[in-house]
Parts: sequence; structure tokens; C-alpha cells
Amino acid sequence: MEFLYKPWPWYATGVIIGLSVPALLLLGNHRLGVSSTLRQICAITYPAKVPMLNYDWKKQKWNLYFVVGIFLGGFIGETLFANPEPVAISKNTVDMLHQQGLTDLTGLLPKELFNWTTLFSLKGFLFIVVGGFFVGFGTRYAGGCTSGHGIMGLAALQWPSLLATISFFLGGILFSYLVLPLIMSL
Amino acid sequence: MKNSMYLLVGVVFGLALTKGEAISWFRMQEMFHFESFHMYGIFMTAVPLAAISIFVIKKLKLNALDGEPIESPTKAYHHGVVIGGMIFGFGWALTGACPGPLYAQIGGGYLVTIVTFASALLGTWVYARFQHALPD
Repeated sequence: MEFLYKPWPWYATGVIIGLSVPALLLLGNHRLGVSSTLRQICAITYPAKVPMLNYDWKKQKWNLYFVVGIFLGGFIGETLFANPEPVAISKNTVDMLHQQGLTDLTGLLPKELFNWTTLFSLKGFLFIVVGGFFVGFGTRYAGGCTSGHGIMGLAALQWPSLLATISFFLGGILFSYLVLPLIMSL
Repeated sequence: MKNSMYLLVGVVFGLALTKGEAISWFRMQEMFHFESFHMYGIFMTAVPLAAISIFVIKKLKLNALDGEPIESPTKAYHHGVVIGGMIFGFGWALTGACPGPLYAQIGGGYLVTIVTFASALLGTWVYARFQHALPD
């Protein structure tokens, strides 16, 4: 069980993510893509009269089982078998985060930013609520996320997916360099 | 029966994301500052492996388990790919999560990310509602 406590090397995670693509294709001709489950949950809970949310989501029910699986994977990997050590990020990143005012770098997310108290501060609101909104809004606008475009679309040699993936990274890089330092100083 | 298979693939996928620290906010900051190969290594392993798998499936004209022929996925271009993509990038930098990792972060016990997830649902809903008014 030792391997469940330890972090896995990038190639192990890469191989499993890569093989999930043929696994889903062979199981039922399904394409990997997680952000579509957000649309599905909207369609199930509150479709209103929005055309994009009125479709036969039941045909994509498999994806809901898939993401419940991801949730359980997170439960096993972190709630049951958490790595007791902090994530082994580079020294430069550690220094940068310390400079930006974070002191506790344990766990997978900084507890100083992601907790129920900060949620009601401007800083926490930006990280948690605005951040989440951007993820949902942006992925739907782009027609996919890191899995649908970045893994599945790229592997299927779809050039719009390459553009999407470049845009994901460009957005993240620009935001990290230009905006995050300002929010961190709030 | 089949649904339990999707659940199982999801568990392995989620476990790999979690133990590979691809759901870690810290890893995303490091990635966006080009300070480590870790996240890039995951992509550079996963994408070619998936591409080779698709190539083999096509070459051998394999069918899905139920006999359905496997279709080659297509993604059409529209400007949202770039505009929406950038907006998602902002959110990725803030939350340290893509949609997949959002599910895993909640499972990992970071319960405040339930709010991140709910907000992502709201973002999806708002996009769907105002899609007609936005540049395509």
C-alpha cells in the first residue's frame, strides 16, 4: 500500500491519463471530456428555457459515472492516503509563494487561501468564486477543457484543440505573471 | 454493468490525477512559471500515448464493446476556442484546477472547493444563457 501514500512520477500519471482515451473509446465509443459534465448538471438541475441546456443529456450518462469515479479517486488518493510531505515544487516557486505571503505550503491547496473564512473576504472570493466561474464559463465557451481539448482533441490531431490548449496556457501564464501578484497582495 | 466500468476508469483517472499532483494548486503555479517539467511531462506522456492509441484503433478498424464503430472525434473552430480558452486559463491559475481536478479536489477533502465547483456550474449556466449575445 506504500505506493498509495507516495506521490506518483509524472510518467505514471501521464500513461494512465493517456490510456483512459482508448479505454473510453473501446468501452462505448465515448470521448474523454470532463467540462461537458458541468453542462449536463446544469441541464439536469435548471435547464430553464436555455437552448444549450435542453438536450438529451441521458445519452451522456456514462460521463456522470466517470466523474463520480474521479471524485472517488481524489477521496482515495488524498483523504485516505494523503502524502504526508508537502508537494515537492521547485525552490524558486517556494520562494515566490513565500514572498507573496503564503507560509503554509502543505497539502495540495494553500489552506491560507482556500478556507471557509477567506471565502468571505475579497481575496478568497476571487480565488474561489471568481476562479470557479471563469473555469465553468471559459471551458463551455471554448467547447472543452484540458481533457477534451488538451488531451483528447490534441491526440485526435484537431487543430482547434491546439489553439484552445495554447489559449488555456496563455491565459494562465499571463494571469499568473500579471494579475495573481496583485491579488496575493490584497 | 457498463456504467460501473466508467466509474472504475474514473477512479483510476482521478487517483492518477491526485497522486500525480495534477490537482495541486502549487503545481499549477509552478507550471505557469515554467519552474518544473512535472506537469509538462504528464501532458507529453498522455497526448502521444492517446494519439498512438487512436491511430491503432483506426488502423485496425476496432469497434466498441457493443459493436458500434468508433468515431474519430472532431472539434470545430470558433472564436470561443481562443476567447473562452483564455478565460478558462485565468480560472485555472486562480483555482489550480480544471474541471476534472475540481471533482478530485472535493474528494480529496478540500471541502471549500465545493463552492469553486458550484461557481463553475454557475459560469457554465451563464455562458449557456448568454451564448447568443457573445461573439462566436
